[in-house]
Amino acid sequence: MGGPAEQPDFRSVSHAEDWPLWEVFIRGRRGLSHQHVGSLHAPDPELALQNARDLYTRRGEGVSIWVVRSTEVHASDPDDQGPLFDPPSDKAYRHPTFYTVPEDLQL
Amino acid sequence: MPPTNSDESRNLAFQQAIDADRTVEPRDWMPERYRSTMIRQIAQHAHSEIIGMQPEGNWITRAPSLRRKAILLAKVQDEAGHGLYLYAAAETLGVGRGELTELLITGRQKYSSIFNYPTQTWADVGAIGWLVDGAAITNQLALTKTSYGPYARAMVRICREESFHQRQGFELLSELSRGTVAQHEMAQDAVNRWWWPALMMFGPPDTESPNTAQSMAWKIKRVSNDELRQRFVDMTVPQAQALALDLPDPQLRWNEARGHYDFGPIDWEEFRQVVGGHGACNAQRIAVRRAADEDGAWVREAARAWEVRQNSRTSAA
Ligand SMILES: [Fe+2]
Ligand SMILES: [Fe+2]
Repeated sequence: MGGPAEQPDFRSVSHAEDWPLWEVFIRGRRGLSHQHVGSLHAPDPELALQNARDLYTRRGEGVSIWVVRSTEVHASDPDDQGPLFDPPSDKAYRHPTFYTVPEDLQL
Repeated sequence: MPPTNSDESRNLAFQQAIDADRTVEPRDWMPERYRSTMIRQIAQHAHSEIIGMQPEGNWITRAPSLRRKAILLAKVQDEAGHGLYLYAAAETLGVGRGELTELLITGRQKYSSIFNYPTQTWADVGAIGWLVDGAAITNQLALTKTSYGPYARAMVRICREESFHQRQGFELLSELSRGTVAQHEMAQDAVNRWWWPALMMFGPPDTESPNTAQSMAWKIKRVSNDELRQRFVDMTVPQAQALALDLPDPQLRWNEARGHYDFGPIDWEEFRQVVGGHGACNAQRIAVRRAADEDGAWVREAARAWEVRQNSRTSAA
């Protein structure tokens, strides 16, 4: 970091490194699960929660917030979508519509 | 890198997915030009929200009532939020937040030229809400269906928040227009100054918009500049009548055959001048943004140092 006598070097002063990224999840109201709403930068969990409050709940959108470091989220590969999710498509018997039942019964 | 066969087949598959209205998500393969176009557009949009806080922020301390001050504060805070949603969307494409800020304050990325006009009177706050946010909403509603998922989702969120922005501007102008003669004149003067720049917000005519065809093919853009501009004019004329304010265009009239309002020619030379850096406030807007960034550097560094020290304590314990 430069002393006061040095020329201000914008790059090193300001954005040598961004604060880490966090994913934000909000519970809209009691009885619902938390849902992903977006992401933000913050230096630590406490400030991430406060920033999330300001950024994502300005109109009473939530009653509870989770923040998770983005680097802690592990995702499936979009190119694997076929092999990963296709197998159930030939298992129609997992759906109630597969079965024939008497029409006049509540079932 | 020279294009390879597999690049070609991936390009084809990408276009087919777009044609089938499949949303593009961050981890999907995409052509480099799609990625760079998307980064440029989202970043420019984000910068516009952030720079757009300045012309209105200029009036917060001078709002004529506590009610108006609270409304204006909430609106400007919303614009900050919009900027942050959009920066987050841009970051999913692999650029850094600080990188984008640097591109803005070193003039290598642009923001909407509308924010290079000065806010001279209190009525300008009303004219901005009504016309500038009105034009932005028209544009952003079309973008809720853009092909890049994170951008489209940011748009949905933003559109939900925008409608109060336009309404508070309309209400503000309505009160002035029905107030004293001087207040009415102030409202009319603001509308006279903001009308044409608002029409320019939709960008050059389709015939002179070189990137439109590719953006339409990729469904980044779903509606052309001229069509959006026409939508805005058609929507705004009856609102002006309700406000008892004139729109400063003698050629503005209903065209029965087209089912739209005709309007006069736009001064594209003025647009080029302002985009090219010669608007009234270009230098000021960037200087203010740069100062905010530099003045905030110690906060960012202190918070980071605190986090590092907390971490070393936990790992030492
Ligand atoms: Fe906005
Ligand atoms: Fe707005």
